[in-house]
Amino acid sequence: MGLLSKKDQKLILDPLADNNPITIQVLGICSALAITAQLKASIVMTVSVIFVLGLGNVVISLIRNIIPSKIRIIVQLTVVAALVIIVDQVLKAFSYQLSKELGAFIGLIITNCIIMGRFEAFALGNGPWKSFLDGVGNALGYGIILIIVGFFRELLGSGTLLGFKVLGDPIAKTGLYATGYENNGFMLLAPMALIVVGIIIWVQRSRNKALIEDH
Amino acid sequence: MEYLELFFKSIFIDNMVFATFLGMCSYLAVSKKVSTAVGLGAAVIFVLLVTVPLNWLLDQYILQPGALGKWLGEEYADYDLSFLSFIMFIATIATMVQLVEIIVEKFSPSLYNSLGIFLPLIAVNCAILGGSLFMQSREIPTIGLATVYGLGSGIGWFLAILAIAAIREKIRYSNVPPALRGLGITFIITGLMAIGFMSFGGMLTGGDEEPKEENTVLADEDAKKEEVKKDIADNTIKVVE
Repeated sequence: MGLLSKKDQKLILDPLADNNPITIQVLGICSALAITAQLKASIVMTVSVIFVLGLGNVVISLIRNIIPSKIRIIVQLTVVAALVIIVDQVLKAFSYQLSKELGAFIGLIITNCIIMGRFEAFALGNGPWKSFLDGVGNALGYGIILIIVGFFRELLGSGTLLGFKVLGDPIAKTGLYATGYENNGFMLLAPMALIVVGIIIWVQRSRNKALIEDH
Repeated sequence: MEYLELFFKSIFIDNMVFATFLGMCSYLAVSKKVSTAVGLGAAVIFVLLVTVPLNWLLDQYILQPGALGKWLGEEYADYDLSFLSFIMFIATIATMVQLVEIIVEKFSPSLYNSLGIFLPLIAVNCAILGGSLFMQSREIPTIGLATVYGLGSGIGWFLAILAIAAIREKIRYSNVPPALRGLGITFIITGLMAIGFMSFGGMLTGGDEEPKEENTVLADEDAKKEEVKKDIADNTIKVVE
Protein backbone atom coordinates (compact mmCIF):
# COMPACT_ATOMS: atom_id res chain seq x y z
CA MET A 1 0.00 0.00 0.00
CA GLY A 2 2.13 2.82 -1.31
CA LEU A 3 -0.66 5.29 -0.73
CA LEU A 4 -0.54 5.09 3.03
CA SER A 5 2.32 5.70 5.44
CA LYS A 6 3.26 3.11 8.09
CA LYS A 7 1.27 4.95 10.74
CA ASP A 8 -1.81 5.17 8.55
CA GLN A 9 -1.61 1.46 7.77
CA LYS A 10 -1.50 0.74 11.47
CA LEU A 11 -4.71 2.73 11.95
CA ILE A 12 -6.50 0.46 9.49
CA LEU A 13 -4.90 -2.87 10.35
CA ASP A 14 -4.76 -2.72 14.16
CA PRO A 15 -8.51 -2.96 14.75
CA LEU A 16 -8.71 -5.99 12.47
CA ALA A 17 -6.96 -8.27 14.94
CA ASP A 18 -5.16 -7.20 18.10
CA ASN A 19 -7.39 -4.26 18.90
CA ASN A 20 -10.62 -5.59 17.48
CA PRO A 21 -13.61 -3.52 18.62
CA ILE A 22 -15.81 -6.54 19.35
CA THR A 23 -13.48 -9.11 20.84
CA ILE A 24 -11.00 -6.84 22.64
CA GLN A 25 -12.65 -3.48 23.28
CA VAL A 26 -16.07 -5.11 23.95
CA LEU A 27 -17.97 -2.50 21.97
CA GLY A 28 -20.74 -2.66 19.43
CA ILE A 29 -22.06 -6.09 20.24
CA CYS A 30 -25.56 -4.77 20.72
CA SER A 31 -26.86 -4.09 17.26
CA ALA A 32 -24.67 -6.68 15.63
CA LEU A 33 -25.39 -10.24 16.64
CA ALA A 34 -29.10 -10.49 15.99
CA ILE A 35 -28.70 -10.03 12.25
CA THR A 36 -25.90 -12.55 11.72
CA ALA A 37 -28.16 -15.50 10.91
CA GLN A 38 -27.59 -14.69 7.23
CA LEU A 39 -24.36 -13.69 5.54
CA LYS A 40 -26.11 -11.12 3.35
CA ALA A 41 -27.49 -9.19 6.30
CA SER A 42 -24.04 -9.22 7.94
CA ILE A 43 -22.48 -7.71 4.84
CA VAL A 44 -25.12 -4.99 4.53
CA MET A 45 -24.67 -4.14 8.21
CA THR A 46 -20.88 -3.97 7.75
CA VAL A 47 -21.15 -1.62 4.78
CA SER A 48 -23.61 0.61 6.66
CA VAL A 49 -21.33 0.82 9.68
CA ILE A 50 -18.27 1.59 7.50
CA PHE A 51 -20.23 4.45 5.94
CA VAL A 52 -21.57 5.85 9.21
CA LEU A 53 -18.36 5.49 11.21
CA GLY A 54 -15.99 6.71 8.47
CA LEU A 55 -18.06 9.78 7.63
CA GLY A 56 -19.11 10.45 11.23
CA ASN A 57 -15.47 10.43 12.36
CA VAL A 58 -14.61 12.97 9.64
CA VAL A 59 -17.50 15.26 10.58
CA ILE A 60 -16.73 15.13 14.31
CA SER A 61 -13.05 15.67 13.63
CA LEU A 62 -13.82 18.75 11.48
CA ILE A 63 -16.01 20.37 14.14
CA ARG A 64 -14.03 19.11 17.15
CA ASN A 65 -12.71 22.57 18.04
CA ILE A 66 -16.08 24.31 18.05
CA ILE A 67 -18.23 21.81 20.01
CA PRO A 68 -18.65 22.81 23.66
CA SER A 69 -17.62 19.74 25.60
CA LYS A 70 -20.77 19.76 27.76
CA ILE A 71 -23.16 19.10 24.94
CA ARG A 72 -20.86 17.00 22.81
CA ILE A 73 -22.82 13.78 23.39
CA ILE A 74 -25.98 15.33 21.99
CA VAL A 75 -24.06 16.78 19.02
CA GLN A 76 -22.48 13.38 18.35
CA LEU A 77 -25.83 11.63 18.55
CA THR A 78 -27.32 14.12 16.10
CA VAL A 79 -24.51 13.56 13.58
CA VAL A 80 -24.87 9.77 13.85
CA ALA A 81 -28.65 9.91 13.66
CA ALA A 82 -28.48 12.03 10.50
CA LEU A 83 -26.06 9.57 8.83
CA VAL A 84 -28.15 6.58 9.89
CA ILE A 85 -31.29 8.18 8.46
CA ILE A 86 -29.45 8.42 5.11
CA VAL A 87 -28.51 4.72 5.28
CA ASP A 88 -32.05 3.76 6.24
CA GLN A 89 -33.65 5.76 3.42
CA VAL A 90 -31.17 4.43 0.83
CA LEU A 91 -31.88 0.85 1.94
CA LYS A 92 -35.63 1.45 1.81
CA ALA A 93 -35.29 2.88 -1.69
CA PHE A 94 -33.06 0.21 -3.23
CA SER A 95 -33.67 -2.95 -1.22
CA TYR A 96 -36.99 -2.71 0.57
CA GLN A 97 -37.12 -6.44 1.33
CA LEU A 98 -33.76 -6.35 3.10
CA SER A 99 -34.61 -3.21 5.05
CA LYS A 100 -37.77 -4.99 6.30
CA GLU A 101 -35.67 -7.96 7.43
CA LEU A 102 -33.15 -5.80 9.26
CA GLY A 103 -36.02 -3.82 10.77
CA ALA A 104 -35.13 -1.88 13.88
CA PHE A 105 -31.49 -2.92 13.72
CA ILE A 106 -30.46 -0.27 11.19
CA GLY A 107 -31.78 2.34 13.60
CA LEU A 108 -29.76 0.72 16.34
CA ILE A 109 -26.53 1.67 14.55
CA ILE A 110 -27.09 5.01 16.32
CA THR A 111 -26.52 3.37 19.66
CA ASN A 112 -23.67 1.18 18.46
CA CYS A 113 -21.05 1.84 21.12
CA ILE A 114 -18.18 1.56 18.64
CA ILE A 115 -19.31 4.78 17.04
CA MET A 116 -19.51 6.82 20.24
CA GLY A 117 -16.35 5.12 21.44
CA ARG A 118 -14.32 6.14 18.37
CA PHE A 119 -15.70 9.69 18.44
CA GLU A 120 -14.67 10.08 22.05
CA ALA A 121 -11.36 8.27 21.84
CA PHE A 122 -10.10 9.33 18.44
CA ALA A 123 -12.02 11.88 16.38
CA LEU A 124 -12.07 14.50 19.14
CA GLY A 125 -8.27 14.58 19.14
CA ASN A 126 -7.14 13.94 15.58
CA GLY A 127 -7.38 15.40 12.08
CA PRO A 128 -10.00 14.40 9.49
CA TRP A 129 -7.87 12.07 7.31
CA LYS A 130 -6.58 10.07 10.27
CA SER A 131 -10.05 9.95 11.76
CA PHE A 132 -11.41 8.66 8.48
CA LEU A 133 -8.85 5.83 8.40
CA ASP A 134 -9.48 5.04 12.05
CA GLY A 135 -13.23 4.93 11.44
CA VAL A 136 -12.93 2.66 8.43
CA GLY A 137 -10.43 0.40 10.23
CA ASN A 138 -12.66 -0.05 13.25
CA ALA A 139 -15.75 -0.61 11.14
CA LEU A 140 -13.81 -3.27 9.19
CA GLY A 141 -12.71 -4.94 12.41
CA TYR A 142 -16.35 -5.04 13.48
CA GLY A 143 -17.39 -6.29 10.04
CA ILE A 144 -14.87 -9.13 10.03
CA ILE A 145 -16.40 -10.64 13.15
CA LEU A 146 -19.92 -10.15 11.76
CA ILE A 147 -18.99 -11.83 8.51
CA ILE A 148 -17.24 -14.78 10.20
CA VAL A 149 -20.25 -15.32 12.46
CA GLY A 150 -22.69 -14.87 9.57
CA PHE A 151 -20.71 -17.30 7.41
CA PHE A 152 -20.76 -20.13 9.94
CA ARG A 153 -24.35 -19.56 11.04
CA GLU A 154 -25.72 -19.53 7.51
CA LEU A 155 -23.55 -22.44 6.32
CA LEU A 156 -24.29 -24.75 9.25
CA GLY A 157 -27.82 -23.49 9.89
CA SER A 158 -29.37 -23.48 6.46
CA GLY A 159 -26.66 -24.98 4.24
CA THR A 160 -26.53 -21.88 2.05
CA LEU A 161 -24.20 -18.93 1.52
CA LEU A 162 -25.74 -15.64 0.33
CA GLY A 163 -28.78 -17.75 -0.60
CA PHE A 164 -26.90 -20.24 -2.85
CA LYS A 165 -27.23 -23.88 -1.85
CA VAL A 166 -23.56 -24.76 -1.41
CA LEU A 167 -24.09 -28.01 0.48
CA GLY A 168 -26.66 -29.44 -1.93
CA ASP A 169 -30.43 -29.63 -1.74
CA PRO A 170 -31.83 -30.77 1.64
CA ILE A 171 -35.16 -31.91 0.13
CA ALA A 172 -33.86 -33.73 -2.95
CA LYS A 173 -30.97 -35.11 -0.81
CA THR A 174 -28.13 -34.15 -3.12
CA GLY A 175 -24.55 -33.20 -2.29
CA LEU A 176 -23.57 -33.52 1.34
CA TYR A 177 -27.16 -34.32 2.35
CA ALA A 178 -26.88 -37.64 0.50
CA THR A 179 -24.42 -38.76 3.15
CA GLY A 180 -26.98 -38.19 5.89
CA TYR A 181 -25.98 -34.64 6.88
CA GLU A 182 -28.73 -32.49 8.39
CA ASN A 183 -28.92 -28.73 8.81
CA ASN A 184 -28.40 -27.62 12.37
CA GLY A 185 -31.42 -25.34 12.78
CA PHE A 186 -30.17 -24.30 16.17
CA MET A 187 -27.44 -22.23 14.53
CA LEU A 188 -30.15 -19.86 13.28
CA LEU A 189 -31.42 -19.13 16.78
CA ALA A 190 -30.17 -16.31 18.97
CA PRO A 191 -27.98 -18.14 21.52
CA MET A 192 -25.62 -19.63 18.96
CA ALA A 193 -24.46 -16.20 17.83
CA LEU A 194 -23.13 -15.61 21.33
CA ILE A 195 -21.49 -19.00 21.52
CA VAL A 196 -19.85 -18.58 18.09
CA VAL A 197 -18.41 -15.23 19.18
CA GLY A 198 -17.22 -16.88 22.40
CA ILE A 199 -15.39 -19.47 20.33
CA ILE A 200 -13.84 -16.78 18.09
CA ILE A 201 -12.55 -15.03 21.22
CA TRP A 202 -11.18 -18.33 22.49
CA VAL A 203 -9.30 -19.01 19.24
CA GLN A 204 -7.96 -15.47 19.08
CA ARG A 205 -6.67 -15.49 22.63
CA SER A 206 -5.11 -18.92 22.35
CA ARG A 207 -3.09 -17.63 19.40
CA ASN A 208 -2.04 -14.41 21.11
CA LYS A 209 -1.37 -15.03 24.80
CA ALA A 210 -0.86 -11.31 25.50
CA LEU A 211 -4.63 -10.77 25.22
CA ILE A 212 -5.60 -13.15 28.03
CA GLU A 213 -7.36 -11.43 30.95
CA ASP A 214 -7.28 -12.56 34.56
CA HIS A 215 -10.92 -13.36 35.33
CA MET B 1 -55.12 -9.82 30.68
CA GLU B 2 -53.61 -8.16 27.63
CA TYR B 3 -51.41 -6.11 29.95
CA LEU B 4 -50.27 -9.11 31.93
CA GLU B 5 -49.50 -11.06 28.78
CA LEU B 6 -47.39 -8.26 27.30
CA PHE B 7 -45.66 -7.76 30.65
CA PHE B 8 -44.49 -11.35 30.96
CA LYS B 9 -43.79 -11.60 27.25
CA SER B 10 -41.44 -8.63 27.35
CA ILE B 11 -39.66 -9.92 30.46
CA PHE B 12 -39.10 -13.54 29.53
CA ILE B 13 -39.85 -14.34 25.91
CA ASP B 14 -38.64 -11.18 24.19
CA ASN B 15 -35.96 -10.57 26.78
CA MET B 16 -33.83 -7.67 25.58
CA VAL B 17 -30.53 -9.39 26.23
CA PHE B 18 -31.25 -13.01 25.43
CA ALA B 19 -33.63 -12.73 22.48
CA THR B 20 -32.47 -9.58 20.68
CA PHE B 21 -28.95 -8.90 22.05
CA LEU B 22 -29.74 -5.34 23.01
CA GLY B 23 -27.69 -3.49 25.58
CA MET B 24 -24.91 -6.05 25.34
CA CYS B 25 -22.02 -3.59 25.72
CA SER B 26 -22.97 -2.32 29.14
CA TYR B 27 -24.25 -5.80 30.01
CA LEU B 28 -20.77 -7.19 29.47
CA ALA B 29 -18.85 -4.26 30.89
CA VAL B 30 -20.76 -3.54 34.11
CA SER B 31 -21.52 -7.11 35.18
CA LYS B 32 -18.40 -7.81 37.23
CA LYS B 33 -20.04 -6.91 40.56
CA VAL B 34 -23.62 -7.47 41.66
CA SER B 35 -23.94 -4.07 43.37
CA THR B 36 -23.09 -1.99 40.30
CA ALA B 37 -25.17 -4.28 38.12
CA VAL B 38 -28.21 -3.62 40.33
CA GLY B 39 -27.65 0.15 40.12
CA LEU B 40 -27.36 0.19 36.35
CA GLY B 41 -30.30 -2.20 35.99
CA ALA B 42 -32.51 0.08 38.08
CA ALA B 43 -31.49 3.10 36.01
CA VAL B 44 -32.30 1.22 32.80
CA ILE B 45 -35.74 0.21 34.13
CA PHE B 46 -36.50 3.82 34.99
CA VAL B 47 -35.31 5.27 31.67
CA LEU B 48 -37.22 2.65 29.66
CA LEU B 49 -40.35 3.16 31.77
CA VAL B 50 -40.33 6.88 30.98
CA THR B 51 -39.03 7.01 27.41
CA VAL B 52 -41.18 4.31 25.81
CA PRO B 53 -44.53 6.02 26.61
CA LEU B 54 -43.06 9.45 25.77
CA ASN B 55 -41.86 8.19 22.42
CA TRP B 56 -45.22 6.49 21.92
CA LEU B 57 -46.89 9.91 22.22
CA LEU B 58 -44.35 11.42 19.80
CA ASP B 59 -44.90 8.58 17.36
CA GLN B 60 -48.68 8.76 17.59
CA TYR B 61 -49.13 12.53 17.34
CA ILE B 62 -46.16 13.72 15.25
CA LEU B 63 -44.27 11.01 13.42
CA GLN B 64 -46.75 8.51 11.99
CA PRO B 65 -48.09 9.08 8.48
CA GLY B 66 -51.14 11.28 8.91
CA ALA B 67 -50.50 11.87 12.61
CA LEU B 68 -50.40 15.65 12.27
CA GLY B 69 -53.91 15.57 10.80
CA LYS B 70 -55.27 14.31 14.14
CA TRP B 71 -54.77 17.62 15.87
CA LEU B 72 -53.66 20.28 13.35
CA GLY B 73 -56.52 19.82 10.90
CA GLU B 74 -57.12 17.93 7.69
CA GLU B 75 -54.71 19.88 5.50
CA TYR B 76 -51.73 18.41 7.43
CA ALA B 77 -52.87 14.81 7.09
CA ASP B 78 -50.63 14.12 4.08
CA TYR B 79 -47.35 14.65 5.89
CA ASP B 80 -45.21 11.60 6.69
CA LEU B 81 -42.49 12.48 9.17
CA SER B 82 -41.56 8.91 10.07
CA PHE B 83 -38.02 9.40 8.73
CA LEU B 84 -37.45 11.75 11.67
CA SER B 85 -38.18 9.10 14.27
CA PHE B 86 -34.54 8.19 15.00
CA ILE B 87 -33.63 11.79 15.81
CA MET B 88 -36.77 12.46 17.87
CA PHE B 89 -36.41 9.24 19.87
CA ILE B 90 -32.74 9.74 20.61
CA ALA B 91 -33.36 13.35 21.68
CA THR B 92 -36.02 12.21 24.19
CA ILE B 93 -33.70 9.52 25.47
CA ALA B 94 -30.70 11.83 25.84
CA THR B 95 -32.82 14.30 27.82
CA MET B 96 -34.17 11.61 30.15
CA VAL B 97 -30.70 10.18 30.74
CA GLN B 98 -29.42 13.60 31.74
CA LEU B 99 -32.31 13.84 34.19
CA VAL B 100 -31.50 10.44 35.70
CA GLU B 101 -27.86 11.47 36.00
CA ILE B 102 -28.78 14.59 37.97
CA ILE B 103 -31.14 12.63 40.24
CA VAL B 104 -28.64 9.84 40.95
CA GLU B 105 -25.83 12.32 41.64
CA LYS B 106 -28.05 14.14 44.14
CA PHE B 107 -29.46 11.16 46.03
CA SER B 108 -26.73 8.54 45.82
CA PRO B 109 -23.24 9.93 45.14
CA SER B 110 -21.60 6.55 45.86
CA LEU B 111 -23.68 4.82 43.20
CA TYR B 112 -22.97 7.75 40.87
CA ASN B 113 -19.25 7.26 41.30
CA SER B 114 -19.33 3.49 40.88
CA LEU B 115 -21.33 3.70 37.65
CA GLY B 116 -18.95 6.34 36.30
CA ILE B 117 -18.92 6.65 32.53
CA PHE B 118 -21.68 4.09 32.12
CA LEU B 119 -24.44 6.36 33.38
CA PRO B 120 -24.22 8.84 30.46
CA LEU B 121 -23.66 5.83 28.23
CA ILE B 122 -27.22 4.66 28.99
CA ALA B 123 -28.06 7.18 26.26
CA VAL B 124 -26.30 4.90 23.81
CA ASN B 125 -27.52 1.70 25.42
CA CYS B 126 -29.21 -0.08 22.55
CA ALA B 127 -31.82 -1.55 24.89
CA ILE B 128 -33.28 1.91 25.44
CA LEU B 129 -33.52 2.96 21.79
CA GLY B 130 -34.45 -0.62 20.92
CA GLY B 131 -37.41 -0.44 23.30
CA SER B 132 -38.75 2.60 21.47
CA LEU B 133 -38.04 1.22 17.99
CA PHE B 134 -39.70 -2.12 18.76
CA MET B 135 -42.63 -0.22 20.28
CA GLN B 136 -42.93 1.54 16.92
CA SER B 137 -42.42 -1.48 14.67
CA ARG B 138 -44.73 -3.76 16.68
CA GLU B 139 -47.44 -1.09 16.59
CA ILE B 140 -48.38 -1.17 20.26
CA PRO B 141 -51.90 0.29 20.31
CA THR B 142 -52.33 2.22 23.60
CA ILE B 143 -50.16 4.30 25.92
CA GLY B 144 -50.93 1.93 28.80
CA LEU B 145 -49.54 -1.00 26.86
CA ALA B 146 -46.51 1.06 25.86
CA THR B 147 -45.79 1.77 29.53
CA VAL B 148 -46.16 -1.89 30.42
CA TYR B 149 -43.87 -2.81 27.53
CA GLY B 150 -41.22 -0.34 28.69
CA LEU B 151 -41.40 -1.58 32.29
CA GLY B 152 -41.32 -5.24 31.25
CA SER B 153 -38.33 -4.84 28.96
CA GLY B 154 -36.52 -2.92 31.68
CA ILE B 155 -37.16 -5.66 34.24
CA GLY B 156 -36.03 -8.28 31.72
CA TRP B 157 -32.73 -6.45 31.20
CA PHE B 158 -32.33 -6.02 34.96
CA LEU B 159 -32.83 -9.76 35.53
CA ALA B 160 -30.30 -10.61 32.86
CA ILE B 161 -27.53 -8.36 34.19
CA LEU B 162 -28.23 -9.45 37.77
CA ALA B 163 -27.94 -13.12 36.83
CA ILE B 164 -24.71 -12.74 34.86
CA ALA B 165 -23.13 -10.58 37.57
CA ALA B 166 -23.89 -13.23 40.19
CA ILE B 167 -22.42 -15.95 37.98
CA ARG B 168 -19.30 -13.92 37.24
CA GLU B 169 -18.68 -13.29 40.94
CA LYS B 170 -18.68 -17.05 41.53
CA ILE B 171 -16.80 -18.10 38.42
CA ARG B 172 -13.65 -16.53 39.81
CA TYR B 173 -13.16 -19.71 41.86
CA SER B 174 -13.45 -22.14 38.99
CA ASN B 175 -10.85 -23.39 36.62
CA VAL B 176 -11.57 -21.74 33.28
CA PRO B 177 -9.10 -22.29 30.41
CA PRO B 178 -6.84 -19.22 30.28
CA ALA B 179 -7.82 -18.11 26.78
CA LEU B 180 -11.51 -18.17 27.69
CA ARG B 181 -11.18 -16.16 30.89
CA GLY B 182 -13.15 -12.95 31.18
CA LEU B 183 -14.94 -12.10 27.98
CA GLY B 184 -14.99 -15.49 26.29
CA ILE B 185 -16.61 -17.41 29.11
CA THR B 186 -19.10 -14.59 29.66
CA PHE B 187 -20.23 -14.90 26.06
CA ILE B 188 -20.66 -18.64 26.35
CA ILE B 189 -22.55 -18.39 29.66
CA THR B 190 -24.83 -15.78 28.10
CA GLY B 191 -25.46 -18.14 25.21
CA LEU B 192 -26.38 -20.94 27.60
CA MET B 193 -28.66 -18.60 29.57
CA ALA B 194 -30.30 -17.56 26.31
CA ILE B 195 -31.01 -21.23 25.59
CA GLY B 196 -32.67 -21.44 28.99
CA PHE B 197 -34.78 -18.35 28.35
CA MET B 198 -35.90 -19.75 24.99
CA SER B 199 -37.92 -22.36 26.82
CA PHE B 200 -40.18 -19.55 28.08
CA GLY B 201 -41.33 -19.30 24.47
CA GLY B 202 -43.75 -22.13 25.24
CA MET B 203 -45.54 -19.95 27.80
CA LEU B 204 -47.89 -18.29 25.30
CA THR B 205 -48.29 -20.99 22.64
CA GLY B 206 -50.37 -23.26 24.89
CA GLY B 207 -53.32 -20.77 24.86
CA ASP B 208 -57.01 -21.56 24.30
CA GLU B 209 -57.29 -19.82 20.94
CA GLU B 210 -55.13 -22.24 19.01
CA PRO B 211 -56.67 -25.31 17.39
CA LYS B 212 -55.58 -28.68 18.71
CA GLU B 213 -53.86 -29.87 15.54
CA GLU B 214 -51.46 -26.94 15.66
CA ASN B 215 -50.73 -27.67 19.26
CA THR B 216 -49.55 -31.14 18.47
CA VAL B 217 -47.35 -29.85 15.65
CA LEU B 218 -45.92 -27.27 17.99
CA ALA B 219 -45.25 -29.89 20.61
CA ASP B 220 -43.37 -32.01 18.09
CA GLU B 221 -41.28 -29.06 17.03
CA ASP B 222 -40.58 -28.23 20.63
CA ALA B 223 -39.43 -31.78 21.26
CA LYS B 224 -37.08 -31.56 18.29
CA LYS B 225 -35.72 -28.27 19.52
CA GLU B 226 -35.20 -29.83 22.93
CA GLU B 227 -33.11 -32.58 21.40
CA VAL B 228 -31.00 -30.11 19.49
CA LYS B 229 -30.62 -28.04 22.63
CA LYS B 230 -29.37 -31.04 24.59
CA ASP B 231 -26.84 -31.88 21.91
CA ILE B 232 -25.58 -28.35 21.77
CA ALA B 233 -25.46 -28.05 25.53
CA ASP B 234 -23.43 -31.25 25.79
CA ASN B 235 -21.06 -30.08 23.10
CA THR B 236 -20.45 -26.73 24.72
CA ILE B 237 -19.86 -28.28 28.09
CA LYS B 238 -17.20 -30.47 26.52
CA VAL B 239 -15.70 -27.41 24.86
CA VAL B 240 -15.63 -25.51 28.12
CA GLU B 241 -13.94 -28.35 29.93
